[in-house]
Amino acid sequence: MKKVVAALATAPAMSSELEVRIRKRFPNPEGSFLLNVHFRALAGFTILFGASGAGKTTLLDCIAGLADPDEGRIAIGGEAAYDSDGKRNIAAWKRKIGYVLQDLALFPHLTAEQNVAYGLQRLSATERQSRSREMLNAFRIDHLRDRRPAQISGGERQRVALARALVTEPRTLLLDEPLAALDRPMKSQIIADLRKWNQHNRIPILFVTHSGEEVFALGEEVIVLEAGKIVAQGRPKDVMHAPRLETVAQLAGFENVFYATVVAVNENRGTMTCRIGKGPLELETPLVRSEPGSRLRVGIQAGDILLATESPRGLSARNVVAGTIQRLEQREGIVSAGVDCSGTEFDIHLTLAAREALKLAPGKKVWVVIKTHSCHLLRE
Amino acid sequence: MNWEAFWLTARLAAIVSCALVLIGIPIAYWLTYSRWRWKFLVEAAIALPIVLPPTVLGFYVLVALGSRSPLGRWWESLTGHTLAFTFEGLVIGSLLYSLPFAVQPFASSFGSIDSKLLRASATLGDSPLQTFRRVVLPLSKAGLITGFTLSFAHTLGEFGVVLMVGGNIPGVTRTISIDIFDQVQNGQYSSANETALLLLVISFVLLSVVYGLNRRPWVVGPWK
Repeated sequence: MKKVVAALATAPAMSSELEVRIRKRFPNPEGSFLLNVHFRALAGFTILFGASGAGKTTLLDCIAGLADPDEGRIAIGGEAAYDSDGKRNIAAWKRKIGYVLQDLALFPHLTAEQNVAYGLQRLSATERQSRSREMLNAFRIDHLRDRRPAQISGGERQRVALARALVTEPRTLLLDEPLAALDRPMKSQIIADLRKWNQHNRIPILFVTHSGEEVFALGEEVIVLEAGKIVAQGRPKDVMHAPRLETVAQLAGFENVFYATVVAVNENRGTMTCRIGKGPLELETPLVRSEPGSRLRVGIQAGDILLATESPRGLSARNVVAGTIQRLEQREGIVSAGVDCSGTEFDIHLTLAAREALKLAPGKKVWVVIKTHSCHLLRE
Repeated sequence: MNWEAFWLTARLAAIVSCALVLIGIPIAYWLTYSRWRWKFLVEAAIALPIVLPPTVLGFYVLVALGSRSPLGRWWESLTGHTLAFTFEGLVIGSLLYSLPFAVQPFASSFGSIDSKLLRASATLGDSPLQTFRRVVLPLSKAGLITGFTLSFAHTLGEFGVVLMVGGNIPGVTRTISIDIFDQVQNGQYSSANETALLLLVISFVLLSVVYGLNRRPWVVGPWK
């Protein structure tokens, strides 16, 4: 007996890897789409990122067993839940995959506690109660246990839906934009609770979102899905900060996107000079393979741009341009400034403190500072 | 007022509507979730009693129950008498006659359950049948009561099928609507009026229950 326990303690944690390799043709408003993906997700968060219609929900449905792929294989911990070669297709209700649907789908006729306990039918009544109470506590919704979904707030419903999926101890958790409707503090609190849970329950969590912000908040690994295909995969800072593809950049929340023409390629310096729009503004950007005269797009995040009230000197940043503040708007904790630089307007995000310290106001003359590597090039 | 006929009718309606809940739920379940391409034919067949003259339905039921049909012969070998012109025969005829009034409300309430709930239930480990019991049935309460009440009220007022299948045997197959017909035939207008009024009131109360149960909150006008 002792031996067995020791063996269990020293044995490597059971592999919980999720492997998905499927093809599925699915209808779409713009005709028919082919979902064709192959990836592995390890324990922890994997973000599935893409525009609506990219096939994210269909992919989750296939993994959960709510939709059938045309062919391929879906395996959890090496065990096939679906395999077109082996003619294996385990029913959704036998797969032990937690799935929080986009609109939660709480049972309206049951209380919060009954909702959470729903998946615990096989346990005894006392165990069912203790397990669901424990989960209600972990998600801070114990006080709502006798209320029905219609009687609690959106954030609380989200927590109930998460608790309901997690209490069954699924082998994989699928979350379809579960936080889309929440404000930021609520979001980060729920994410923190979810992370805490995941530290003790090392399962893959596939998290669908179309918000770039959530990608950075959550991601250990991000998979970018576009028109049914994986176009990028890796750590968020690699995938999201060095976008090679236009849609990725747009989605990642680039506030500044300009058409540009390559003016000069400075191979010895590892940079290029690009004229923004019709000019005269020119920016120095990272070097990519292109010819002078070729057209690109340049994306710059509003938070990556610096402002100076005097002409700065001795800077490493290669792009320093004079401009005039057109507008200043305060938005939940940040100031968004519109600065015109010889006909090109930049959107720049500053802190409230910076606005005070620099005494910024519309009409003020400023210098805009942009690092070469803050300019992201997007293929046209 | 012929109380014997009244209680006979009430007993018939109660038996028929209770049986229709048991028979109607599986049929409605199948109609809601089956993807069989010829399903519409079954739907049409079940709806037939709504449009068919009761005498036509009654005629076929009578033939089916008679000693020339396999069913009639089987029953006769079992009990020694035919089903035609008996209370049991009346129950069978009424079951067919009121079937759509139970099945249609059941099926429409099953079908109106948000499929997301069914999907959520599946991912929580419930089989389709468990999901039906734990999600669909509880959320279809209004539809179930509606189907029960409508089939009860409909059986209460049937005439043609009863006359064809059951005849007019006091205490066995003479229902309240046949009784009214008899009274009018015999010129007893005041007692016919009494019975008819009772039937009218009961039917109104039952329908009020149905509509009250299914009422929507006031629709807000476009000017609001």
